[in-house]
Amino acid sequence: MNPQRTPRLGLIVNPIAGMGGRVGLKGTDGDELLRLAVARGAVPMAESRAALCLEAFLKGAEGRPFELHVGPGAMGERVAERYGLGVVVAGRGALPPPSSVRTTAEDTRRTARNMADTGVDLLLFAGGDGTARDICVALGRDRLVLGIPAGVKIHSAVYASSPAAAGFLAAATLFGDTSVIREKLAEVMDIDENAYRSGVLRAKLFGYLRIPYERRRVQGLKAGSGTPEAAAQAEIAAAVAETISAGPETLWLIGAGTTTKAVTDALGLSGTLLGVDACLGGSLVALDLSERDILALIAQQSDPKKIKILLTPIGGQGFLFGRGNQQFSPDVIRAVGRENLMILATPDKLHTLRGAPLLADTGDPSLDLELEGYYRIVSSYGGFTVYPLAAAGQ
Amino acid sequence: MKTNPKTEPRDFHQAKWDEPVIFELSTPGERGVLLPGTEPEIAALGNPWEDLPKELHRTSPPALPEMSQMRVLKHYLRLSQENLGADLNIDIGQGTCTMKYSPKINDQFATSPKLAELHPLQAPSTVQGTLEILYETEQFLKEISGLDRFCLHPGGGSQAILGIGSVIRNWVDANGMADRKDEIVTTIFSHPSNPAVAKIKGFKVITIYPDPVTGRPDMKAFMAAVNERTAALLITNPEDIGLYNPSIREMTDLVHSVGGLCSYDQANANGVLGIARAREAGFDLCFFNLHKTFSSPHGCGGPGSGVLGVQKHLVPFLPAPVVDVDDQGNYFLQYEGVDRENRIKDYYGVLPAIVRAYAWMLSLGDEGLREVARVSILNNNYIFRKILRIPGADAPFAAGEHRMEQVRYSWQGLKDATGCGVADVQNRIFDFGMHIWTSHEPWIVPEPFTIEPTESYSKDELDEYVAVLEQIVREAHENPDILKKAPHRSTIHHVDHDVLEDPKRWAITWRAYNRKYRGYFEAR
Repeated sequence: MNPQRTPRLGLIVNPIAGMGGRVGLKGTDGDELLRLAVARGAVPMAESRAALCLEAFLKGAEGRPFELHVGPGAMGERVAERYGLGVVVAGRGALPPPSSVRTTAEDTRRTARNMADTGVDLLLFAGGDGTARDICVALGRDRLVLGIPAGVKIHSAVYASSPAAAGFLAAATLFGDTSVIREKLAEVMDIDENAYRSGVLRAKLFGYLRIPYERRRVQGLKAGSGTPEAAAQAEIAAAVAETISAGPETLWLIGAGTTTKAVTDALGLSGTLLGVDACLGGSLVALDLSERDILALIAQQSDPKKIKILLTPIGGQGFLFGRGNQQFSPDVIRAVGRENLMILATPDKLHTLRGAPLLADTGDPSLDLELEGYYRIVSSYGGFTVYPLAAAGQ
Repeated sequence: MKTNPKTEPRDFHQAKWDEPVIFELSTPGERGVLLPGTEPEIAALGNPWEDLPKELHRTSPPALPEMSQMRVLKHYLRLSQENLGADLNIDIGQGTCTMKYSPKINDQFATSPKLAELHPLQAPSTVQGTLEILYETEQFLKEISGLDRFCLHPGGGSQAILGIGSVIRNWVDANGMADRKDEIVTTIFSHPSNPAVAKIKGFKVITIYPDPVTGRPDMKAFMAAVNERTAALLITNPEDIGLYNPSIREMTDLVHSVGGLCSYDQANANGVLGIARAREAGFDLCFFNLHKTFSSPHGCGGPGSGVLGVQKHLVPFLPAPVVDVDDQGNYFLQYEGVDRENRIKDYYGVLPAIVRAYAWMLSLGDEGLREVARVSILNNNYIFRKILRIPGADAPFAAGEHRMEQVRYSWQGLKDATGCGVADVQNRIFDFGMHIWTSHEPWIVPEPFTIEPTESYSKDELDEYVAVLEQIVREAHENPDILKKAPHRSTIHHVDHDVLEDPKRWAITWRAYNRKYRGYFEAR
């Protein structure tokens, strides 16, 4: 945030997001689906969700000046007009006329890049998982963004819990006490909409976006505030790194996520964030493995009992298998065995589940049921949490 | 009085003095007391300074502030006016702290020269009355808990847990089980000192979450956690959310079946006092806070006292000394049969806190103690129903059930509707001369606040507190800015906690402050 100038808020509405939901289409990725949704009488939802967000934002802004940068027409300009807000429109020329809702993924990406170039302090985007992926492609992990939930079903962790929550948080980010706003990387999921429509949820971890969150601002703490997430991850990583170092003959299959990445960091190794890496004898022997690669490594391992899978659930969702780590296929999981799963989760990640169990959706319902039960999750240095895992279909 | 505080908050404004720290008020040469010179007869005996070994001499005088008595008095009075003292505000928002009235007469006992001028190394024959108080206090605690022996040494609850940790550690080691009993099971709602002590004492910590519906510990998870490696269970009941756990005996039985110990964190014992005991629930150890439950002032109100009790089989591991009485009725410090090596604090405990608690127990008697629990539960369920009627306030878990002596509520509904959460409510409530804790880490209950209206508070005061909450919630809906910019009538505005988490910037001592800042946190 540049304190010398008027804060700049970006707003991109993906007008087609959420349209499929009410007409039973589970998403509107692709032209054909959009036509079908419109034919079934779908009406744009995202704009009204963005309006709820703007209302909360204006409440929070309390008349303080700001610049609002919007996408053209239905991509933000129109909803801003409802509130009589003067706007800067990003990249109008290349886009469909204001009345059209037929925007494409490329429209979202181009608009996002335009806004990044004009230096918005925070970019709000109303949409679903597909929109989040477009923002991720356009901006990477460096820009501060926040999702307004408007999609059919959202699996990405980059969205606020409600449109109003997004608005309040945006106002706090732009105008609030800067000491309470923190930034973190949150997961963007890639859902296969075709499979989803036929009742199968296939998802992988697509990437991360940088989002703001509000640190608690209080007077007179009775006890210290919670451990910062990065410190909690480092604590877990230190414990796991000791275990890995103590058993160099064990093959460690390290899954995706920032918590598992902290482990390779603690070992001084350059692991991948999104892929499955293999560690043996204190070094990474392979990166970003496919299921086939993993099965080959397992077959080579001299002592089949000395194989462990290191993994962490998706924040806010609890998926341990089937989201972001399909490389851990039913064959891989069965070969390694449930007793050799080492699950890592910071206390905050567990708290976000609100008591809901971890979930397994391996693609093999009978394996999901076999995996059910209680696990010892590594949740701090020397600390474990006994937590349930359930089959996702249950 | 222009308002009825039961329906409309009363006017209040905190005093604000631009008062420097005392070191900045020092004037070289200014004195509070001018000591007379040494009488010639004394001086003739020589200069004791000369007799002191040279290595004990300071090379420079201590950098104490130099001030007159009147200026010292004003300084501290001003600071006191910038506080919300326990005797000033309706303290029920400090849930889990068991704020209650500490009868002033008990302070007089504690500050009596008969007590205050004792030296801990005096011969037991010269402090028989004090030893009798220690002895009788222990007898009362044995009766209240059903356990067999108490150590009164710890200076607070966490130190009592540390004592419990050392008893468990020493018991494991003495029985040659160090290689096979290395885990301690606890719950996420137990006080964090429990897992912290377990780790300090070299155990792994296994934590259980609550059942999302009942709020009690997830029994299946518990059964999965307990095994032959379990050295002990550290748990509390009721947990901070205010729900009594009826499966507690089942849990202690399971831990005993694998050869582990069970320790009961009774820091919040107000709702079970005289009603339920550690022994019947199957515990081998427990501790109470004499501050809090037993009415000695809590926290900053005075030094605390945690007292730790054990069943007979663990007495040999209890820190020495304890107080016993011989056949002639003489009280003495007993070092036999307890653990001379297991010292967690010097001497025999925080005597003023023990004396206050002793007087409080004597004044109530056993029926009075039970009445404390009953009234605190009644008060709590009265205000529970009133708070649940406030829009945006909720009490997660166990819908429709009564609570014990406190409730963990959530402002998540208010946050969703207005953007104002518990931190905003907290900042605003200072403007009404009241207080609400927020730091119930971890936030299993979102936007948490805990209200614990002990037996001390009248119905009128509970109504007054609720009227303030109602007013704040109205403001959150009508003009959230009032909350966001609060407090408006308090001593300070917002505290930047960033500084407290940054070793480069925090200043815990005056010396560190001088090193890092020019004044008022302007960095050097």
